[in-house]
Amino acid sequence: MSKAKTVANLEPGESGEICCFKDEKLALKLLDMGCLPGTKVLMKFSAPLGDPICISVDGYRLSLRKAEASTISLVE
Amino acid sequence: MAENIKSIALIGNPNSGKTSLFNQLTGLNQKVGNFPGVTVDKKTGTTLLPNGKKINIIDLPGTYSIYAKSSDEQVVTDILTDPGSKNYPDLLVVIVDASNLKRNLLLLSQTIDLGIPTVLALNMVDLADRMGKSVLTKNLEEEYQIPVININARIGEGIKDLKNLLAKKIATRNRPFLDINEIVGPEISKKINQGDQPPYLNLHQLIADKEIIEREAESIQTKDTTLRYGKINRIVNKVETLSDQKGLKIYTDKIDSILTHKIWGYLIFIAILFLIFQAIFSWASLPMELIDNYVTRFSYWLGAAMPAGVLTNLLKDGIVPGIGGVLIFIPQIAILFAFIALLEESGYMSRVVFLMDKIMRKVGLNGKSVVPLISGMACAIPAIMATRNIENLKERLITIFVTPLISCSARLPVYTILIALVIPDQYVFGFLNIQGLVLLGLYILGFGSALITAWLLNKIIKTTERSFLIMELPTYKRPRWKNVGLTIFEKVQTFVFEAGKIIVAISIVLWVLASYGPVKEMNAADEVILASFNGQDYSENEYNNRLAAYKLEHSYVAILGKTIEPVIAPLGFDWKIGIALVTSFAAREVFVGTMATLYSVQSAGDEVSSLREKMKNEVNPDTGQPVFTLPVGLSLMIFYVFAMQCMSTLAITYRETKGWKWPVLQTIYMSALAYVSAYFVFMIFS
Repeated sequence: MSKAKTVANLEPGESGEICCFKDEKLALKLLDMGCLPGTKVLMKFSAPLGDPICISVDGYRLSLRKAEASTISLVE
Repeated sequence: MAENIKSIALIGNPNSGKTSLFNQLTGLNQKVGNFPGVTVDKKTGTTLLPNGKKINIIDLPGTYSIYAKSSDEQVVTDILTDPGSKNYPDLLVVIVDASNLKRNLLLLSQTIDLGIPTVLALNMVDLADRMGKSVLTKNLEEEYQIPVININARIGEGIKDLKNLLAKKIATRNRPFLDINEIVGPEISKKINQGDQPPYLNLHQLIADKEIIEREAESIQTKDTTLRYGKINRIVNKVETLSDQKGLKIYTDKIDSILTHKIWGYLIFIAILFLIFQAIFSWASLPMELIDNYVTRFSYWLGAAMPAGVLTNLLKDGIVPGIGGVLIFIPQIAILFAFIALLEESGYMSRVVFLMDKIMRKVGLNGKSVVPLISGMACAIPAIMATRNIENLKERLITIFVTPLISCSARLPVYTILIALVIPDQYVFGFLNIQGLVLLGLYILGFGSALITAWLLNKIIKTTERSFLIMELPTYKRPRWKNVGLTIFEKVQTFVFEAGKIIVAISIVLWVLASYGPVKEMNAADEVILASFNGQDYSENEYNNRLAAYKLEHSYVAILGKTIEPVIAPLGFDWKIGIALVTSFAAREVFVGTMATLYSVQSAGDEVSSLREKMKNEVNPDTGQPVFTLPVGLSLMIFYVFAMQCMSTLAITYRETKGWKWPVLQTIYMSALAYVSAYFVFMIFS
């Protein structure tokens, strides 16, 4: 549990599978947007200043800040 | 059982094509209130069904889930969970983006369980097809047990089928999509199964009434959403077939790689803003001159055609110039709203949010604040309403507070006339119009002051609520001209009628105050003028001009204006400008109408010139110098950049912040800023 990889750690082009959420409140919003445990996400690109980032979830583009991305843990 | 459908509501995810469908169904039969007194939350319209029945349509804000996360989503939840509300629809049309089926079906599954008869309008099938996804409509219909119609809202395909369906009886699904009792504990389960209402509706009402503690409500929401998606996943696997992905996504990726590029991204954004200003100033100038000419000629014709008298004077000098002052700005407002509609329609606006988030965060705003700030260039009222999708309260308050500092289209008339008066119409580098550059400068000043103010507020306001940005970046779409056209039409119409009402009323009051004065002074007018010629020869025209000027100088409005003159004299303003400042507190564009009325009353009889000429020829009686010099013009412009002169904005701030604290603070802050800045500008330039 110590240092699980999160969506914020993904490099552009890299993908991972959502395992769980670290922040309950943000999880509510992320669930609505289709980010569920078991869903595959693909890191697409980050904004020019490095933050926010754009990921692909179920074939659509979702942008979120790095701080939010780091609350989404990935399956090892 | 929806036998007598009177009203339907459109609902769907943001970017699912809801607005296009609404426009297809209602065309020009829409009503949108952007001004106080009219409902601001919702667009309504009517459509005619094949059976000859006319039904009402409500366009609800886009939302991803019935569990609202922001105040515009709350509007949807409030309406759909309150069957007693007069906005509660007889039927819901849920628009589903076929290219993004899974996420779009969540909302549908929730509204079904609220017990509202529902029709699914499957949109963007062509887009899904190009992404290699095809949806079996029949299977979708079977799985959900509700009618499904294929539509293409952009080009209007399937609208007829949808209308045919709406004219028929629509059966309600008789069992819920998800049995909510599986999730909630026995205590809540008992509560929500009482009465005739669906348990899911009862549950949402309990949550709204805070009868379920927040922690438990969140836990229910997590389980509810997860289970729904589980079921939806299984359905999507059955109804959607995937083939090899084709070029569409690559297309959006390619555009994104340019528009969100490290350097190009910002350069393109700045270039677009620059293009908007140049367009407002240069493209609009020809139609504006035409309107100005026609109004002046009409006013002249009216004076000649109607019998001389008080009524003719009121029309010729009061009402017509006042209306002209409104009409002349239609071209600029149309161009501005055309650009804003294009940016939103194409999907570029969310890229701007994406690009600007980190910068905006530094001053205590959110990337989403960019949309209100850009819309604020058109009008602060819809802009302040557009802050509703900012989830964080502090960021939302700061955005509301600073939005009126962005130069809106009502300031344009004032800027335009002042720039034309004191800034030369010349070009630098052969293509950059100096007047356009000054205009750009005023906008940048407004924008800069908004950012600095936000930064200050961010230091002052404390909050524990966290800020976040979780937002869809839609695929790029070619804008539909119909949508852009309807936006322009609607905004211009609102401007003409809403601003027009105020301006005409003020014009009449002003004309009366400017035409009449204390009897003693007015009776003495003839003698004073005669004496002023000192026995020299004079023409009748000259005599009439002096008489009119004398009468205005001694009218009630002059008495009023001269009372406030000491306060504004340090800014370089005379009493006529002072009157315009007072009247334009109702709305900024009234400034021009007021000037038009004052100068029409002053110029006697037959000579007809445009307002710009009249202002140019205006001479200070004490110094013999023109009134509108560079320092006065600049000081006035700066004053208008900062001053909170819009009652409608105050009203909307009051509404959106639910109290007088913010509108009062806004007024004090902006007025002080305006006065001090105008004072310094006047001192520096004179």
